[in-house]
Amino acid sequence: MHLKADTRHRVTVTLNGRERAGYAEPRTLLSDFLRHELGATGTRVGCEHGVCGACTVLVDGRASRSCLMLAVQAQGRDLQTVESLAREETLNDLQQAFRKHHALQCGFCTAGILISSTEFLTRVSRPTETQVRDMLSGHLCRCTGYTGIVNAILEVAETRDHEVSGPTDKEQENNNV
Amino acid sequence: MSLAPSMTTTNEKQFIGTRQPRLEDEVLLRGQGRYGDEVPTPPGTLYAAIVRSPHPHARLKAVDSSRALEMDGVHGVLTGEDVRQWALPFPVGVRQPMEHWCLAVDKVRYVGEPVAVVIAENRYLAEDALSGVTVDYETLPVAVDTEFAIESGAAILHEKVGGNVVSDRTFRYGDPETAFAEADRQVSIKVRFPRSSCMPIECYVVLAQFDPANSAFDITSNFQGPYALHSVMCRALQVPANRLRLRTPPESGGSFGIKQGVFPYVVMMGLAARKVGAPVKWVEDRLEHLQGASSGTNRVSTLEAAVTREGRVTALRLDQLDDCGAYLRAPEPATTYRMHGNLTGAYAIRNLAVRNRIVMTNKTPTGLNRGFGGPQVYFPLERLMQRIAVELDLDPLDVIRTNLVPKGAFPYRSAAGSLLDSGDYPAGLEKGVREGGLEELIQRRDEARREGRYYGIGYTAAVEPSISNMGYITMAFTPEERKRAGPKNGAVSTATISVDPLGSVSVHVSSTPQGQGHQTVAAQIVAETLGVPLESISVNVELDTGKDAWSIASGNYSSRFSGAVAGAVYKAALKVRARLAALAAEQWNIDSDDIRFSEGRVYVEGTDQSSSFHRLAGATHWSPGTTPQSEPGGLRETAFWTPPELEAPGDDELINSSLCYGFIFDYCGVEIDAITGAVRIDRYVTLHDAGRMLNPQLVDGQIRGGFAQALGAALMEEFVYGADGNFQSGTLADYLIPTSVEVPEPVILHMETPSPFTPLGAKGVGEGNNMSTPVCIANAVADALETRDVELPLTPSKVRILMGIEEPPRPEGVGEPETEATASSGSRLRARDSVELPGTPNEVFDALLNPQTLAAIIPGCHGLEMTGENEYRADVTVGVGMIRARFDARVSLHDLNPPDSLQLRGYGSSAMGSAEAFATVTLTALEGNRTRLDYDYEATVGGRIASVGGRMLQSASKMIIGQVFSRFSRRMGGGTSRFLFLQRLWQRIRALLTGKGGPS
Amino acid sequence: MKPATFDYTRPGTRREACDLLHEFGDDARLIAGGQSLMAVLNMRFAQPGLLIDIAGIQDLHYIEDRGDYLAVGAGITQAELLEHPGLAEKVPLLAQAMPWIGHAQTRNRGTVCGSIAHADPSAELPLCLTALGGEVVLEARKGKTRKLPAHEFFQGILTTAKRTDELITEVRFPLGQGNERYRFREVSMRHGDFAIVALAVRICGDRTDLTVGGVADRPVRRSMTGNDARASWLNHFAWSLNAQDDAHASAVYRRHLVRELGSRLIDECSAQKDDTHAPQG
Ligand SMILES: Cc1cc2nc3c(=O)[nH]c(=O)nc-3n(C[C@@H](O)[C@H](O)[C@H](O)COP(=O)(O)OP(=O)(O)OC[C@H]3O[C@@H](n4cnc5c(N)ncnc54)[C@H](O)[C@@H]3O)c2cc1C
Ligand code: FES
Ligand code: FES
Repeated sequence: MHLKADTRHRVTVTLNGRERAGYAEPRTLLSDFLRHELGATGTRVGCEHGVCGACTVLVDGRASRSCLMLAVQAQGRDLQTVESLAREETLNDLQQAFRKHHALQCGFCTAGILISSTEFLTRVSRPTETQVRDMLSGHLCRCTGYTGIVNAILEVAETRDHEVSGPTDKEQENNNV
Repeated sequence: MSLAPSMTTTNEKQFIGTRQPRLEDEVLLRGQGRYGDEVPTPPGTLYAAIVRSPHPHARLKAVDSSRALEMDGVHGVLTGEDVRQWALPFPVGVRQPMEHWCLAVDKVRYVGEPVAVVIAENRYLAEDALSGVTVDYETLPVAVDTEFAIESGAAILHEKVGGNVVSDRTFRYGDPETAFAEADRQVSIKVRFPRSSCMPIECYVVLAQFDPANSAFDITSNFQGPYALHSVMCRALQVPANRLRLRTPPESGGSFGIKQGVFPYVVMMGLAARKVGAPVKWVEDRLEHLQGASSGTNRVSTLEAAVTREGRVTALRLDQLDDCGAYLRAPEPATTYRMHGNLTGAYAIRNLAVRNRIVMTNKTPTGLNRGFGGPQVYFPLERLMQRIAVELDLDPLDVIRTNLVPKGAFPYRSAAGSLLDSGDYPAGLEKGVREGGLEELIQRRDEARREGRYYGIGYTAAVEPSISNMGYITMAFTPEERKRAGPKNGAVSTATISVDPLGSVSVHVSSTPQGQGHQTVAAQIVAETLGVPLESISVNVELDTGKDAWSIASGNYSSRFSGAVAGAVYKAALKVRARLAALAAEQWNIDSDDIRFSEGRVYVEGTDQSSSFHRLAGATHWSPGTTPQSEPGGLRETAFWTPPELEAPGDDELINSSLCYGFIFDYCGVEIDAITGAVRIDRYVTLHDAGRMLNPQLVDGQIRGGFAQALGAALMEEFVYGADGNFQSGTLADYLIPTSVEVPEPVILHMETPSPFTPLGAKGVGEGNNMSTPVCIANAVADALETRDVELPLTPSKVRILMGIEEPPRPEGVGEPETEATASSGSRLRARDSVELPGTPNEVFDALLNPQTLAAIIPGCHGLEMTGENEYRADVTVGVGMIRARFDARVSLHDLNPPDSLQLRGYGSSAMGSAEAFATVTLTALEGNRTRLDYDYEATVGGRIASVGGRMLQSASKMIIGQVFSRFSRRMGGGTSRFLFLQRLWQRIRALLTGKGGPS
Repeated sequence: MKPATFDYTRPGTRREACDLLHEFGDDARLIAGGQSLMAVLNMRFAQPGLLIDIAGIQDLHYIEDRGDYLAVGAGITQAELLEHPGLAEKVPLLAQAMPWIGHAQTRNRGTVCGSIAHADPSAELPLCLTALGGEVVLEARKGKTRKLPAHEFFQGILTTAKRTDELITEVRFPLGQGNERYRFREVSMRHGDFAIVALAVRICGDRTDLTVGGVADRPVRRSMTGNDARASWLNHFAWSLNAQDDAHASAVYRRHLVRELGSRLIDECSAQKDDTHAPQG
């Protein structure tokens, strides 16, 4: 495979469970491809040098900076963005907890943080506050002072853990939501 | 005093003052928010990238865009020439012959100043073409240090002004001279408050269209107000205000004052759209933002206090030197005057003398920044209070207690004219002491100190002004000048409520929120006043100057929402309510005062008289003929509200600079690591009295956010400039914003003393900690280290040096002697080195004069062409590791003194920045037909390279210059390889002999 | 901040990659995790003609315990190594130091070998490799390989002994011996920032090694034996590094940390019994 500069190439990805294709030059950033080519604008861009975390998406299940990846590198990969979290009517538990704990103000950093937290919660079932803060350090939020975000994540971790170890009918109920 | 009657009856549902989750959140959490970059673009939209100056100060000799115009996808380049033809400079807030244009026209005055705009089919192509614009600069000496810039002999930014001080005003209130003469003691302090910014995560966005048929601009931008700047933009664009339609997107990714600074780009992109005859979009990137967007004003303050033995301050003398950067960009010098009325803070100090000077330096222009003017005032003032305690051997808390405005004195007219609206400061302080656990902190400090650890406690008392008086900016003028210009005062706020034919309620406010939850609070007020469900209300906060009710004070600044805009919402809701009540009263033939609004119904208590809200409201649309005569039909009410207390300043120079003044009392305990100097916050307590809280959850959110920003300003954030004017904080790895790990959770305490001057009794609460926290932490550090000279940001390095490092001397022969390069001399490197070469000095000298040698020894040189005697031009690609920059380089040889010495000069420029080096080369004959070449050099790097490469710049320059001479040595046949081999061998032998380390 | 144009290729084998490197020379850049390179491309500080993505080379994706060292292939991310079972027993220093590399989100993509190749003087992995006396394995066209010890590999700021036509295929971290103790400490401005000073101590019997990152133009290791007077040895070490000022920390401070924090760390390390339970950082 050798992709020429200045030429737009077809890139196919699985975005939020659906196969999607678009065109990108070799130099097109994944963040630009997602936002402007595939219209998944929920992922934001705040620095384009890997520090702010606003552009974080899941690439094959791992939280990654989409500003530090090329669209062509995502060929054939599984991508998950903030748009995948809510069902039609309801926000997922993490989103609801963010709302409850006033974990967002302007919301510009939020998509990236939700995505990192999504991966984190699948990896660490009962995190300590230190672990949560450590994971969050890859994101800059200028509005909230982080308190609400930390509390929301801790609460979701606890409820999920409880649900997992709780009675099966409760799990059942959860699955029906 | 007009408190909301919401509390009138018990069974009308209450929303105001409750913790409501936000209406904004659902959209944002789903990723559906529409920020500036998501605003739909018209077909054919082109994209802009900006050519920016790599120099802090230079004359623009020529801007040549011909190569760019030939590049792929480029549609046009806007330059200073176009701007001169179509636009005017921005109006300036002082009477001085200085000009600020949206693009540089004669000189550039700061690194990152826009010079030209490239407009192309997409941003990638536009950036490609940046290198196709060649700018010929003649660099000029710089004025960087604020105090140095006012000295005679300093380089002058605006020549016609004749100096860098563009405003110098003095004020005198009470009788400070007598107070000083009679004082028991005088205590003084001089401090520097640095530059930083509350920097939002979303950068600037502008989408501009020009309509030649009407000579009108239609521009969408994430501007935040104040809309007084709309007039400034119109002036620059030379259009009447109704020919500049300015709109804001539904969502904003934060601002904190900083988005005010987008306005020059609004004008610039408007002109760019005119230039190419197509819509133009520009999305600022983070590097542009860091170096060129905006900054808080840095200030040098000298304060003197006349003090009684008991620590009572009887007079204050302030000398404030405000560094507004390269241009006085509107609304500056507002930083200086926003706090003018309340310069004495929370204290009853009756005598005051003030001198304010505004200075221009080669730095980014300053502008609004959350806490605006506040931290610059409280940092010196509260440091001074702490010093008074130390010098008079008093408890710092007692010094604060002694000086607070007493209970019962409200409304209290301060020395410089602020009318402190309400409060009970002593009670607030005692509540803070009690509920925040001060006693425990003091025990902790005592214990820590017994163990020899560094622990300190700091305090701050402050008033937080909100709802600015538009008149305060005119304080920069003398009373005579003000008279000539006509009075400016007040703070008009607006809100519109409409009820549609189906009875649903829509609210519009011109407050351009940036994440504070205005929609939720507006809905809370309307839900309560009109008795409709909160969720059913739609609140639109997009502002469109072409359609919406707005005024110059509109916008999001000076924490004006809760006090002013929410008040206007409430007024508008009352108007709607009154109309509906009149309608119902007539239908039911009762007194309208008996009518209640709740849960979607309008009814009379205790009767079966009742109607659904939507039916009653719908009647104004569907059957206006049946409504009372007074009812005009349709249902839409706009309220304008302006507080009478905000008067224009008079001849007495008194100014009530804000409408409301909240009270803050903060204290904190910090511990400092004895080895690293890192400051750890043990506990931070912050008490706020912001009047009535409309939504306590949002209030706490504001406090936490402001606190985190202030912590950054206190401990790590700074826009650093080298003495050479180069900007060194060019990435988010250089400009450090605190992360979740660095921000502790403050203990938040509340008190509610309603404001008598706002419709709902609320005051602003958005900026308090930005004002109080930096100095509170600094006071704690000063206490811990028992030192006077604390300077922000308190980085571990700075703090540890403050604690004293007794450094053992450099062992003989170890390492290199310290070079002269220091952080403050910026990206300049001075060093010396030498190589040994085969051949006599004459041979070596001749070789150096040979262009072929030069071409061979300059790393990455492609083609060297002679342009004069011993003058060359070359295309050079240099770098270290993966980093490469391609320079258009000039190389020349000077001061030829064969065969002993010469000077080698190189200058290179590229889209990445510039580099300059001078090397003095001396040749000494050695035995055996060899020569030692000593080179003593100075290298300076500017522009983007300097602003992002800080950490590695010195080593990198050194390495590259070293390469020149090692290549020379190799070319002379000396073979560095052999040289290196010998060196390595020697290192090995030495290692064996001393047993210390291997080759490293 | 968008990269300049380049061609992009993703070879499937090392051989192909090496052939491309040979063919395109300095005009080509390898990209692994992109966590350093992409930022540089976005800022246009590098404008290569060709980007060679090594993510497609399957046989670089391994972590192998080879008895006396742990071999980490160029396809392995920092997250994968950190999650490697038994890392804390095998190479305790890595387990202590790696959580300090950037953030979880950058470790998810950044590779171990990429960090070594990048040779940032403040980076943790070059420090660990130097401290442990590890090796770098390089491969050029026609399967030509060479092995370089860390101290020969790192040559200066962002500069290594790797030739433009070489690929790092693996790095080798010596396994911890039972009788060694390690201690790592870093001072940085914020969590996840590059180190102002990073220190690693290894104590083995009567020999103490101190490795310092963030001060000189590369990580530097020195050994102290029982006969050295610690204070003057540390002072000697501190001055030999030619510390420099930058916007966040001064040279004086850096030397101070080498002396004082170095001394503290040596104490802590000596007092420590079982290395596997050392606190992380
Ligand atoms: C926000 C942020 C914070 C960070 N903080 C830290 C930190 O604290 N400490 C730290 O050490 N790092 C830090 N980094 C950088 C680190 O994450 C990088 O991962 C690492 O330096 C490079 O690894 P990579 O795989 O991403 O390499 P790339 O970026 O892909 O490549 C880096 C360089 O190495 C070359 N290269 C890569 N692989 C090979 C190979 N196999 N053979 C030859 N050459 C190769 C490339 O050509 C390029 O020149 C940070 C990065 C970010 C974005
Ligand atoms: S935009 Fe990618 S990390 Fe900031
Ligand atoms: S909510 Fe605004 S940046 Fe996080």
